[in-house]
Amino acid sequence: MRIFQFLDQLKRSLGIMKKDIRIYYLKGPVVIFGFLMPLFLFLAFFIGSRNLSIEFLISGLIGMTVFFTATAVSPIIAPWEAQVQTLERLISCPISITTLIFGDMLASFIFGILIAILPIAIGLAMGTHITNPIILILGLLLGGVCFSSFGLILSSPPSNAPSNIMMISSLVRFPLVFISGIFIPLENMPYWGKIIASFSPLTYFTDLTRYTIGATSYYSLLSDFTALIIFTVVFFVLAVKLHERTIYQRL
Amino acid sequence: MDHVVEVQNLTKIYNKLVAVDHINFEVKKGEIFGFLGPNGAGKTTTVRMLTGIIKPIEGHAIILGHDIQKEPLKAKQNICVVPETSNAYVDLSAWQNMMLMAELYGIPKKEAEARAEDLLRRLSLYQRKNSKVKGFSKGMKQRLILCMALINDPVLVFLDEPTSGLDVQSSRMIREILLEFPKEGKTIFLTTHNMDEASHLCDRVAIINHGKIAAIDRPATLKNTIKKLNSIEISFDSAIKAENLSEIPHIIEIRKEGDKFIISTDDVDDLIHSLTDFAESQKLKIISLNTMAPSLEEVFVKLTGEV
Repeated sequence: MRIFQFLDQLKRSLGIMKKDIRIYYLKGPVVIFGFLMPLFLFLAFFIGSRNLSIEFLISGLIGMTVFFTATAVSPIIAPWEAQVQTLERLISCPISITTLIFGDMLASFIFGILIAILPIAIGLAMGTHITNPIILILGLLLGGVCFSSFGLILSSPPSNAPSNIMMISSLVRFPLVFISGIFIPLENMPYWGKIIASFSPLTYFTDLTRYTIGATSYYSLLSDFTALIIFTVVFFVLAVKLHERTIYQRL
Repeated sequence: MDHVVEVQNLTKIYNKLVAVDHINFEVKKGEIFGFLGPNGAGKTTTVRMLTGIIKPIEGHAIILGHDIQKEPLKAKQNICVVPETSNAYVDLSAWQNMMLMAELYGIPKKEAEARAEDLLRRLSLYQRKNSKVKGFSKGMKQRLILCMALINDPVLVFLDEPTSGLDVQSSRMIREILLEFPKEGKTIFLTTHNMDEASHLCDRVAIINHGKIAAIDRPATLKNTIKKLNSIEISFDSAIKAENLSEIPHIIEIRKEGDKFIISTDDVDDLIHSLTDFAESQKLKIISLNTMAPSLEEVFVKLTGEV
């Protein structure tokens, strides 16, 4: 009975996912924020840091792109829908908060991993080789879920002004990029830098991506996967719990 | 199950303001139940608690046999909500909105498509099914909301001011659909400001004021509870001034409407006799004389103190 109910709710979350993709993701700003901004950051470092290998920079570009795309839209869905009162309609339907959050996460996840094709293509064009494609795909899937869930945590404060949430989101996302070994290799960081980097899921995703395109990773593959799985579970559960607490304050 | 809605001590407080204060009532299966009250009385807050949109701080609401707090998914599966303000997705087409609702209620695709087509046709929206909702008029949006709400073929329909501010055509279409619901075995919980609508549509009405239920009964019974507010409409063959009538006993208030006088009284029988005596003494002929029972609006005004 419980499994039937679980599958039924899972199916309903696909409706949320389709709605999100149609309304929020098939729009220019998502591509701009998700891909072009990381690309410009990449080009700035590519031009300024001639000592860094192309494999290092490409893995950073893949990490940034997946991270920015997966967290670009998900934080503003809840405040936006509360403002235009469509959230009230969703809450009046027979779906749980977990179903709602899972649907939002799925839409964000799909875009996160689809956009990753662009930096991978740039990397291939610039002469990098994917040495472990299966690991890269698994890493992309895991990273996509992890970052999408992270984006949903950012949307949990009960503010119905998307601009407020975007401000909080930017305050959290940008520093994370600079502490995650994307522009400075982890091995070159001071001890305190490595400690801070270890608290960022982006560190492990970028490190894992580095491994799959033939560069040396700082952590072991098992450590990267274990850390990403833990972050993913914690982020998703936390996102659901926080929204369960705050969603009624939005209405 | 005789009652589809059972409300026990339902209470909601917003920042120390008691919006709904320990209300109790039941809604019987198959009836049209009107929920009336002035602005800020707690109508919409009550509907939102009954439909699981907000949580009460105290009390219970049993919807179709399920506690809306403890078993929200089961309670919501066979109900629908038509809010006052349209909340369809304006960036989606009418059809996409319908299919989204069908998916959220777990309705199989073929069944959903057949129901959506039928509903959109009944509410004259089928020709615009592929148009984005952002291009719809207010009336079209409200009709679409009704279509979306009915996609799950609900047993219990919550309507919050469904015809408020709509054009005549849309209001009429929505009312026609509402009148079909009892024949289909559906129960309607109707929140409205429109006393005429409530008086004509509802089997029973509850009047809420300052978060408390002021009265709950059949419209006719409520009207009888304030008999003292009965009035008489009279017109004479010659023009006279209202002051000429003021000496007649049992008159509470005189209002002139065209060539008629509307006279409020606490004793209809005595007033009729006095008026005929007055007409005879003044050599006037009575052209028309009607007794008027209080309207539901007058009951509402009396009970809520609203003007």
